[in-house]
Amino acid sequence: MSEAARPVAPLHGPVVDEPVYAPDPLIGIEPTGVYGMITLRGELGSEILEAAVDEAVGLKVPAALSVVSDGDARVVWMSLDELLLFTDYAETDAAVARISEQMGSAHHMALNVSDARAVIRLRGARVGEVLAKGAPCDCSDHGFPVGTARRTHMAGLAVAFWRLEPDVWEIVALRSYAHHLLAWLEQAAQPGSEVFA
Amino acid sequence: MAERLSKGGLLIDRDQPTTFTFNGDTLQGYEGDTVASALLANDRMLVGRSFKYHRPRGIMASGAEEPNALLGIGEGSRFEPNQRATTTELHDGMVTQSQNHWPSLETDVGALNAWVADKLPVFSAGFYYKTFLFPRVAWKHIYEPFIRKAAGLGKAPVEKDPDSYEHFHWHCDVLIAGGGIAGIVAARKAAEAGKRVLLVEQTAHWGGRALVDGDQIDGQSGPEWVAAQIAALQAMPNVTLRTRAMAAGLYDHGYALVYERVSDHRPGLTGAPRHRLWRVRTDQTIVATGAIERPLTFANNDMPGVMLASAARDYATLYGVLPGRKVIVYANNDDAYRTALTLHQDGAKIVAVLDVRAQAAGDLPQQAREAGILVRTSTGIAKAIGGKRVDEVQIGTIQGEKMTGREEYLSCDLVCVSGGWSPVVHLWSHCGGKLTWDDTAAMFRPDDSRPPTGGDGQAMTKCVGAANGVLQTTAILPDSMVRAPTEDVVQPHWFTPSRGKYAHGTKHFVDFQNDVTAADVRLAAREGYESVEHTKRYTTLGMATDQGKTSNINGLALLAGALDKQIPEVGTTTFRPPYTPISMGAITGSAKGPLFKAVRQTPMHGWHDTNGADWEPVGDWYRPFCYRRAGEDRHAAVNREVVNARRNVGLLDASTLGKIVVKGPDAGKFLDLLYTNMMSTLKQGRCRYGLMCTENGFLFDDGVVVRTGPEEFLCHTTSGGSDRVHAWMEEWLQTEWWDLKVATANVTDQWAQVAVAGPNARKVLEDAGCDVSLDKGSVKFMDYVEGTLAGCPVRIFRISFSGELSYEIATPAGYGMALWDALRAAGEPHGIMPYGTEALHIMRAEKGFIMIGDETDGTVTPQDLGLFFAISKKKTDYIGKRAQERSDLVRTGRKQLVGLMAEDPQMILPDGAHAVKRRREHVAMTTIGHVTSTYYSPILGHSIAMGLVENGLSRRGEWIDFSTGPGEFMRAQIVDPVFYDQAGEKQNV
Repeated sequence: MSEAARPVAPLHGPVVDEPVYAPDPLIGIEPTGVYGMITLRGELGSEILEAAVDEAVGLKVPAALSVVSDGDARVVWMSLDELLLFTDYAETDAAVARISEQMGSAHHMALNVSDARAVIRLRGARVGEVLAKGAPCDCSDHGFPVGTARRTHMAGLAVAFWRLEPDVWEIVALRSYAHHLLAWLEQAAQPGSEVFA
Repeated sequence: MAERLSKGGLLIDRDQPTTFTFNGDTLQGYEGDTVASALLANDRMLVGRSFKYHRPRGIMASGAEEPNALLGIGEGSRFEPNQRATTTELHDGMVTQSQNHWPSLETDVGALNAWVADKLPVFSAGFYYKTFLFPRVAWKHIYEPFIRKAAGLGKAPVEKDPDSYEHFHWHCDVLIAGGGIAGIVAARKAAEAGKRVLLVEQTAHWGGRALVDGDQIDGQSGPEWVAAQIAALQAMPNVTLRTRAMAAGLYDHGYALVYERVSDHRPGLTGAPRHRLWRVRTDQTIVATGAIERPLTFANNDMPGVMLASAARDYATLYGVLPGRKVIVYANNDDAYRTALTLHQDGAKIVAVLDVRAQAAGDLPQQAREAGILVRTSTGIAKAIGGKRVDEVQIGTIQGEKMTGREEYLSCDLVCVSGGWSPVVHLWSHCGGKLTWDDTAAMFRPDDSRPPTGGDGQAMTKCVGAANGVLQTTAILPDSMVRAPTEDVVQPHWFTPSRGKYAHGTKHFVDFQNDVTAADVRLAAREGYESVEHTKRYTTLGMATDQGKTSNINGLALLAGALDKQIPEVGTTTFRPPYTPISMGAITGSAKGPLFKAVRQTPMHGWHDTNGADWEPVGDWYRPFCYRRAGEDRHAAVNREVVNARRNVGLLDASTLGKIVVKGPDAGKFLDLLYTNMMSTLKQGRCRYGLMCTENGFLFDDGVVVRTGPEEFLCHTTSGGSDRVHAWMEEWLQTEWWDLKVATANVTDQWAQVAVAGPNARKVLEDAGCDVSLDKGSVKFMDYVEGTLAGCPVRIFRISFSGELSYEIATPAGYGMALWDALRAAGEPHGIMPYGTEALHIMRAEKGFIMIGDETDGTVTPQDLGLFFAISKKKTDYIGKRAQERSDLVRTGRKQLVGLMAEDPQMILPDGAHAVKRRREHVAMTTIGHVTSTYYSPILGHSIAMGLVENGLSRRGEWIDFSTGPGEFMRAQIVDPVFYDQAGEKQNV
């Protein structure tokens, strides 16, 4: 038997044909390490699902278009019947098992999708401004207060992003497109391209 | 002559001299100048040649409506044609050149066109349609090359654009287009009511005509009032102000495009995009876009030195440039007297104000008389006289359609014309707002009773100020706030009669940019063009880059006159976005260069790239077509990969394969409806190949379905099809079968997948370290197991697309590279080599396996492909079943899948080649099918192909001809599409 292999986080492998941008972007752009992620589909308003989410990651089910978080754990509202749960990578299968156990025979789907998406943490006062260069939703303080989550599109990609603190946001995209999103963010955050002085 | 005044010029900074070139001459301007004001300051009256007749043309306007002064701006990679000198800000080192002249602007051979046009009806309305009908060949070889050379505007740039562009999405309650008095007033009002306001102004400065027209507001001069208002707006957190930002279009649902020219005035600025396209979502749009002054239509009215009256005083007041020293003002309204007064104060000699009206008794004409200016009523210009600039005008008394009185000549170097004003109603019209003709004001204005409506059926847009036909400041602000002269009404005047050969209007220009004259419009009317839309196309009136900003209403009125109709009966043409041309770069935004299109990469993409991958796009993915070694061409690499996989073992990155999880108590039932075969009976741990059809019965995707749990299936799709299939599943679940308890998830990106195929495949897996037994009895063909391989958590599917012993191994994407490396290392003693998509295709074709997109094209059923084993006869329904019973899908004579062997086995049938019923020369042949896949099989030593041929299934053994070029054919025999290992033993070892 060989030794256990270690997973590589998206955007941490070898880089191919990446354009080079100025070193001091308008916002911090930080691809995270591996993250445990669970797609949970089911009846979001139900007590049993609330209990399962609590059991899995210790958080409440967020209202529509919002996110709840505590430390590294998050629950993101993705659609009327879908949540994206964040937990420790190594704990993901166990969390999925706890959900399934709690849900019992209630119809649901809980999948470990930890490797399907890249997570990029964005920092700074201009994150909303940079995201608005691509996403059609209202990314201003008025339209996107802390706790908001949106599944939308930008740079020709399906993405979701949410705001954890005034200056801390996270964005996810499918792993196979992540390099494109990263390059897009780096261009959109080029110093000199500020929309507002 | 035109010159810079020693003082004045609200917008220029005389401490910042700016050097630029025009047609190679070095000239001087100031920071704040437009190219137009700087050219005038240098007495450059002649700035271009006209579109068809190459007539000399000068600057006519001071804003976006300019029809003549289109220049090529910049050089090399930053060269851009057809830029309006009037809206282009000057910057140091700017290179400008005139257009449409040869060999030079001053001496132009093309002006011959005009000379010829004097003698013959060349280039008049409908000229193209009439002249070029016969003989047909003449169009291609004579007329078109001539016209292409003779008529036209700027040259296209040839170098790659080095600048960046971007989009910006913005949400607000109120968008206000236009930063003049009306826009500012509207912004203050909305902002004070707590609305989120975006106020945009197309020029670089706020205020519009408030800067120029001299009205006093609230005890302040126009410029003072504007500065105070803007300062107040800037202090409000709910207001966003942008200059150099033009509202280009207004669309449904309050979507508007604003075109911001970020760094045109400082090119090459690091990091800044050149243009930014604001994609605005707004509840309300207020159109405060002002009005455009109309020229008057008289003979030679296109001569350099003939300028809109408002533009002349703009140049004087805003830029300190006097466009002429001996000035004639020719008008049908009071406003033009402002120009006479302004230029008079600036030291010009006002030769006369010629007013078409019988009486000019308003405040402004009175002020002009008091200033000693000669005012002549009922008087018009019979023609302008001069060459490259106007020298004098012949005037006369206007009596209806006739020019009477004695011939009188007035010497001048500038003619300021004003035929009244047209509200800029474009944005209002873009989204469906209707117009009404105001007879008194002689203008189309927004019809408040028919506004553009939003989702609630209520008006989503309103026009204010001049854009609403309210031309005077007193009508925008309360009387008590404004000190401005009272103006008398305009008198509509659409055509100034001439004498002699010009009387017919052949030199009365209506559309300056497209060289359309009054005679053209009248000719169209005589020839039966009653609709303005048809006249527009026949004469090209209003069709150029300025879209008729100065010509539409004049043309319309002339047409109405010629048809003896009222103007509203003739109607208007449609206004479409954008208001003025916007750059392609702004539309593209960041989607250029490396960001042009997102390319999907598998976790092993980097390895492929550094190991000779010759890429090909597959869906959004890039996949290695083959891996080329030193000295190999594509063909050699592909052959090596095929032979090695068949003899030893090959390794394929199959991560791109679509993977969709379908789960729930009704998952089996759902899949039975989606696939043509039965999936609900699939046992846990087993795989089954399945087909999906559209409602019309045509095959659109295929793949292996795996039962991964009691209520859970994993559906593999084609590499390009995962999003489409997932959306297809969700559509059926959400719109038709919402009662089914089924959930789906597209997990394509979650898994890296590697195919290990070839006689040595099992040995490779065993040597890599696998914790499940892989012997023939334990993991059978079409089995699925979970375990650990080379330390990676894996799902192993024993499926084969090559016909060899084959395992497809999925591992979470983060382990993909580790698994790939481990399999290569373990496979080394067994001769493992990676193979690309071409080897994959050859091997599947050798086995007669179909490929979606090759053997299918949206008109092919599974039955056509002979896939009867995968079409359930037991199921009562599946998508496409009913359609497959329609007469056309069950008729004989449909094209069916066959194998094809070329007569010369070393020749490869061309892909897509058509099979013909009978060989014919020089006549159309009846086709009976075509080649769908065609390769050279290195393992068989001959070419192989598949094709769709009429009644193919019953024609095995027949020879048919494929047309491969004029008079050329290839013969091929119809054979079994399975060329290799027909018994299927190799995958079962």
